[in-house]
Amino acid sequence: MAQMNLLQAINNALDTVMAENDRAVCFGEDVGHFGGVFRATSGLQEKYGKNRCFNTPLVEQGVIGFANGLAAQGSTPIAEIQFADYIFPAFDQIVNESAKFRYRSGNEFDVGKLTIRTPYGGGIAGGLYHSQSPEAYFAHTPGLKVVVPRNPYQAKGLLLASIRDDNPVIFFEPKRLYRASVGEVPEEDYQLPLGKAEVVQQGSDITLLAWGAQMEIVEKAAEIASADGISCEIIDLRTILPWDVETVANSVTKTGRFVVSQEAPLTAGFASEIAATIQQECFLHLEAPIARVCGMDTPYPLALEKEYAADHLKIYEAIKNSMNY
Amino acid sequence: MNTDVYNESPVVHQPAFIDGHSVEIPILKILKQDGSIYENATMPEIDQELATKTYKTLAFHRVLDERMVAAQRQGRISFYMAALGEEAASVGGAAGLKDQDMIMAQYREQGALMFRGFSLEDFMNQMFSNEKDLGKGRQMPIHYGSNELNYMTISSPLGTQIPQAAGYAYGQKMQGLDAVTICYFGEGAASEGDFHAGLNMAAVHQSPVIFFCRNNGYAISTPSDEQYVGNGIASRGVGYGMKTLRIDGNDILAVIAAVQLAREYAVKEGKPVLIEAMSYRLGAHSTSDDPSGYRTREEEAKWQEHDPILRMKNWMLAQGWWNEAQETELFEKLREEVLAAVKVSEKIDKPPVEDLVTDVYDQAPPLLQEQLEQLKVHIKKYPQAYPFTAGRIK
Repeated sequence: MAQMNLLQAINNALDTVMAENDRAVCFGEDVGHFGGVFRATSGLQEKYGKNRCFNTPLVEQGVIGFANGLAAQGSTPIAEIQFADYIFPAFDQIVNESAKFRYRSGNEFDVGKLTIRTPYGGGIAGGLYHSQSPEAYFAHTPGLKVVVPRNPYQAKGLLLASIRDDNPVIFFEPKRLYRASVGEVPEEDYQLPLGKAEVVQQGSDITLLAWGAQMEIVEKAAEIASADGISCEIIDLRTILPWDVETVANSVTKTGRFVVSQEAPLTAGFASEIAATIQQECFLHLEAPIARVCGMDTPYPLALEKEYAADHLKIYEAIKNSMNY
Repeated sequence: MNTDVYNESPVVHQPAFIDGHSVEIPILKILKQDGSIYENATMPEIDQELATKTYKTLAFHRVLDERMVAAQRQGRISFYMAALGEEAASVGGAAGLKDQDMIMAQYREQGALMFRGFSLEDFMNQMFSNEKDLGKGRQMPIHYGSNELNYMTISSPLGTQIPQAAGYAYGQKMQGLDAVTICYFGEGAASEGDFHAGLNMAAVHQSPVIFFCRNNGYAISTPSDEQYVGNGIASRGVGYGMKTLRIDGNDILAVIAAVQLAREYAVKEGKPVLIEAMSYRLGAHSTSDDPSGYRTREEEAKWQEHDPILRMKNWMLAQGWWNEAQETELFEKLREEVLAAVKVSEKIDKPPVEDLVTDVYDQAPPLLQEQLEQLKVHIKKYPQAYPFTAGRIK
């Protein structure tokens, strides 16, 4: 095992795929020789040539349109959108094209080989347009898979699974953790399952659920709560769509209390979907209302991002409120 | 960094504009309306066999369109889009290609699919959204697609196929195939962002794609002079540094010649081409609109005189490859066949309820399977409300 940060784990996964599959192609804005603005594709052009790792013109709808065509043709496109905040010009290509390609053709054609990588999330003084978490927009689109890793080990295993999965996948990378999160990552090939949540800490009093960079915030809140004698069960959802109802419902059935936290704004976020389903699945087991701890219903701020964010203290408060209900 | 523009542009010292129309773009014409060939015209590669197949496809196209517009009026299908007056663009395009070339159409290019051999039954089953439709009854009529025939399934959103064609062709080139992609769109769709994205992507990444613009004068009701003010769509190809050609879209020989030339160039050089075919949409945009609300009968009558099918017929007659007896026999046979096929397809069952959830993903996820089971229980409870499926649920 090697120590890798999250970027190195992603680079390692891309390298693994490009070595095994000569039809795998990585592209996006500044992805070529420069290796991407965060360096996720560093060294790939040198190793695999300009035909397989290249810069595109600055046009997100073109990047994803091109990727859809390549995938339909049987290649394995891994397209990068430089920031998730800039994915919206490609919204039509993703929502109306990638997601519906197989269904609308009756399986005559598909873009199952498509993977879209994009850094998301705040906490980096990025303001409105370098901080958003737009997973809920895509979670509302049948036909897509939406995956978010929480650390380097998860990032490599989930990205390899996403690229090899026979459905279009949007892979949201927690950019706040790109260099901050370091851990043991096997050099060899491995995959982690899509559509499966992971219980990362067993507990008996309350279930906490999050995904991506929000996981470490939730873990921090659980640590404080444990000093109060509260035993938290912590789950990483990992795949937003299609999501693992069973693992979450089993946990809440056991603990009777549930806090779900996301970076994105509260209203119509994916936490709301989870809350609705879990209250239906676990109604008679709930000891307290389900709590959502989320970003506020504002654009992502700059100077006041600490106040805006769903931080560990807000989650800790939600845990206590649930316990004392 | 590309410094050519800085170093190689002619230098001036007084501020002055160049005109937006300063690039002169000729229009290729080979076949006259009376069936004769323009003097010194270069003919496409076409023999009697290809010519006859092309002409029969045009005839099939016209008959199918006529009959299906009528079928829509009778309430037998929900919607239809005819290509009256511009059939040469799609049929001629396919005639200039090879079978392994991918066709990514907009929606008015059923002629290319006919040329490839999509059967009358296949067309009917799609339009009646029955269980034999390759698309499993999911899309409105005329959204055809066939993997076997290399004809990408139609998508309603306009222009989305343009950057996709750039990617598809890039993949063909990476694999070293003797194959290109042709991408059809209208002059209206050329206003979409995807047009600009797709042409630039194809030019920069050197994809062997033939962009084929059917400039038919109207986007639903909006005339092309309210769509753009530049020198047609062709001038934009020049802007993207792309080989560009403007042709008479009602001249089947010009269409075939242009596509043959473009294909040869795209395969050999591995680069894109833009063809702008000037034509006219003689029919309505779809069965949902009436052109008398936005244009004159005189204008339509003028374009009737440029009928591409009659033009090809005149040429075929002059070649001695066709005669009036064959003409009458062909059209009568086609009309009978289409009518008979309507009667068969409209009686075929709708797709089974299970087809609601297949192909959303490669496999239906648990939540979706659960939704299907809930639906089946509901349908069994209220069978009269769901007559297509209630009797077939196990």
